[in-house]
Amino acid sequence: MSLQLDRRSEELRLRVVRRPLRHDSAAKHVAGSATFVDDIREPEGLLHIAAGGVPAASGQLLGVDLAAVRAAPGVVAVLTAADIPGKNDVGPVVHDDPVFVESRIEFYGQVVFAVVATTREQARRAAKLAKVAAAVGTHCVSVDDALAAGSHILPDCTFRKDDSAAALAASAHRVKGQLRIGGQEHFYLEGQVSLAIPGEDGDMLIHTSTQHPSEMQHLIAGMLKVPVSAVTVEVRRMGGAFGGKETQAAQWAALAALAAQITGRPCKIRLDRDDDMCLTGKRHDFLSDYEVGFDAEGRIQALETVMASRCGYSADLSGAINDRAMFHADNAYFLPAATITTKRMKTNTVSNTAFRGFGGPQGMMVAERAIDEIAWALKLDPLDVRKRNLYGEGRDITPYGMLVEDNILPALLDRCEVTSDYRARRRKIAAFNAQNGALKRGMALNPVKFGISFTTTHLNQAGALVHVYQDGSIHLNHGGTEMGQGIYIKVAQVVAEEFGVDADRVKILATSTAKVPNTSATAASSGSDINGWAAKNAAGAIKERLINFAAGAYDVVPSQIEFRDNRVFIGNQSVPFAELIRKAYLARVSLSSTGFYKTPKIHWDPATGKGRPFFYFAYGAACSEVLVDVTTGEMKVQRVDILHDVGRSLNPAVDIGQIEGGFVQGMGWLTTEELVFHADGRLLTHAPSTYKIPCASDVPEHFNIALWDGANREDTIYRSKAVGEPPLMLAISVFAAIADAIHSLNPDKAVPLDAPATPESILRAVQAVTS
Amino acid sequence: MARTVRAVMEAEPTAPAPEKLTVTLVINGRETRLSVAPWTTLLDTLRDRLALTGTKKGCDHGQCGACTVLVDGRRINSCLTLAVMKDGAQVTTIEGLAKDGALHPLQQAFIDHDAFQCGYCTPGQICSAAGLIAEGKAKTVDEIRELMSGNICRCGAYVNIVAAIQQAMGKA
Repeated sequence: MSLQLDRRSEELRLRVVRRPLRHDSAAKHVAGSATFVDDIREPEGLLHIAAGGVPAASGQLLGVDLAAVRAAPGVVAVLTAADIPGKNDVGPVVHDDPVFVESRIEFYGQVVFAVVATTREQARRAAKLAKVAAAVGTHCVSVDDALAAGSHILPDCTFRKDDSAAALAASAHRVKGQLRIGGQEHFYLEGQVSLAIPGEDGDMLIHTSTQHPSEMQHLIAGMLKVPVSAVTVEVRRMGGAFGGKETQAAQWAALAALAAQITGRPCKIRLDRDDDMCLTGKRHDFLSDYEVGFDAEGRIQALETVMASRCGYSADLSGAINDRAMFHADNAYFLPAATITTKRMKTNTVSNTAFRGFGGPQGMMVAERAIDEIAWALKLDPLDVRKRNLYGEGRDITPYGMLVEDNILPALLDRCEVTSDYRARRRKIAAFNAQNGALKRGMALNPVKFGISFTTTHLNQAGALVHVYQDGSIHLNHGGTEMGQGIYIKVAQVVAEEFGVDADRVKILATSTAKVPNTSATAASSGSDINGWAAKNAAGAIKERLINFAAGAYDVVPSQIEFRDNRVFIGNQSVPFAELIRKAYLARVSLSSTGFYKTPKIHWDPATGKGRPFFYFAYGAACSEVLVDVTTGEMKVQRVDILHDVGRSLNPAVDIGQIEGGFVQGMGWLTTEELVFHADGRLLTHAPSTYKIPCASDVPEHFNIALWDGANREDTIYRSKAVGEPPLMLAISVFAAIADAIHSLNPDKAVPLDAPATPESILRAVQAVTS
Repeated sequence: MARTVRAVMEAEPTAPAPEKLTVTLVINGRETRLSVAPWTTLLDTLRDRLALTGTKKGCDHGQCGACTVLVDGRRINSCLTLAVMKDGAQVTTIEGLAKDGALHPLQQAFIDHDAFQCGYCTPGQICSAAGLIAEGKAKTVDEIRELMSGNICRCGAYVNIVAAIQQAMGKA
């Protein structure tokens, strides 16, 4: 009871966190003065880089004639693998990503050389003069190709809970199916870009657009054969990233650094958009088979699934991404018995990579399809089947052995059902569908349960650096990178709260490996969680010194000192924050500190597939209604109601933006965004002319978002929850609603709808249920 | 069954030394004379020659809208426009919208509504919205959404972008 009262009074004291403060770069963004890498005023003598690739998806490189390239106007240097002093590799985990092809060709357009020239145009024109000879081999493009050829990039992996085969056999009902789930291009609006500036003693400063400055630093040092300390990577902001600038920034940063080392001049590379789409990895597409056994009420008895993913030519992060697909194949549902397998297939395509959700969305799609299958088979309302299968008392162990302790979904789903007016609308939709032939409505209310933490346990650490200057202004660095998600303002709010000052007193500086070392990628939604705590710890260390100083100087006990409203209250008097800082400086108190944080409680044993990989879960639910023209396959999302759990929000404006944006991006993934490869391995959809990204008119006309108002039960930063990725999966409700609309055509058949639900995909499913 | 191919990237025809043309643009109210290669886009002219980097390069194909500027009051994709095509024209970029230190109503509205996340599409969205308002065609929210569909926001901040434009239209 007293703990609750403490929490409540602590909550009332908060002045800066919880407030919907504007994005720290708001004024600069609307004025066009926010500097992205390509906007940095070009240094004297800057050279530009263009990469040259091989026009074949596989085989052996026989020779490269670069004579004409070298002779072209403006060319200063032409780089190949032979020019790399260290390792020809930018692979993040398994070292299988060459900067330049040496002999084996792995995908269409793979980089063989790079031209460094006085202008970008000269570099690009010169690159076209190369004569590349190759012995073309056989190749796999799709998951199906790779399955047929037995082409694996990593070993298969399986989670087992109880005897699922026996449980399936014992189930009253069983359904089998297959689901195809497409990939997704990140289309960060700012493409890949790097600017390298050589310094003295072989030092290198790289401005790049990446979510993972430390990894860029390490890989570049290895490639240049210099100590890591000689390389500094700095990131002020990115024009979007979404996972696509975690590992995929490395090759371009490496090219810029290599060119700068060899020429001794600053060098920049900015990928042309088509090249960016053709040469960088995307979300993994999956081909998933499943079989679910259930009782007469629709309760799952067992689930077996084999999920095969297109990983591309190298391992990249595919291991962890497939792991996360397995961690989310239950979504929000208790599986008494399960066998969950992923097959990590090697294809001769770009190396697929992190993308918001990191495999989780693909895993969750299987769980949600399985529930729909049950509802269709038993002619039950899908929401009722979902509710019956939620985790609950005594039904709370995941297939990977983690106890679900923080399950708020039963209450959250109930509330979303009420606020979306689910039952009444469902009746109206049934009436509408009974009266209309070509147009069918569909609706679905789906839960999301998303595990928060890097599943690679050691990555769950963060650092920060805080200085207080003599005028009371505060300097903040941490390992998180800003890609539009608002981490800078959130962490600044945490530091301002700690010192009891306004957020604008906290100067947010570019993320730099020189300020905070050995950071993890800003990924796994964990950025604000871990960097927020690290920054609080740094600020807290300084504050503790200030309290000790003030207690002595003013002869009060520490408990009588409070920092708030830009002042420090000491016993019966108060002084401006800056005044106390000045006094502390004169008294030789250190006003600078690092801070560190590591996520508690988590552990994972890959050998047994058991443990607690997640600190906690973030939850949400979305109810989507769609209108489908079953004669043309056209579809419109008409209304969406979201109820999402962000714990106690650090900044509700930022969090609501993440929910809206994540949902829209997820909707794009599952409806209009379709990647098409030619049989020869070329990506055919390499520009927004052929790859359809949601625009303003695609956003549902009625789009209602509410925040769940509970605190995180775990001790996260101010009891908030991560928000970057989970909302993306709320868009599965759109996909399920489309299937629901098609299902109205024939209630006796399951709907074999594949993602993305393009008009073609919708028509195929319509034909399947009506034939 | 390896087959050997000689894949030669097609060489560009060797052009004679580029002849530069002189163009006069009135950029954000200031007359600017420039000597540019005839194929230089307005976008590259703004960014690379005049250091007006507020206008962004997104796709360079006129499909994303990040490069939208106003030419004689009309919104255009500056990546699909050659500088020499606009000799004598009035060009307004994001840097030229504020007047006498006061933000343009759209700039203020975008701040008020958090109508961005990463901010990369924002200059193009705001210039496009300024053109939209000048066109006077959009009367309803649906029309705003439809007539802003040439400007992609990959972060998906559309709800707030449309709300910001509505606010500015109310004031306009």
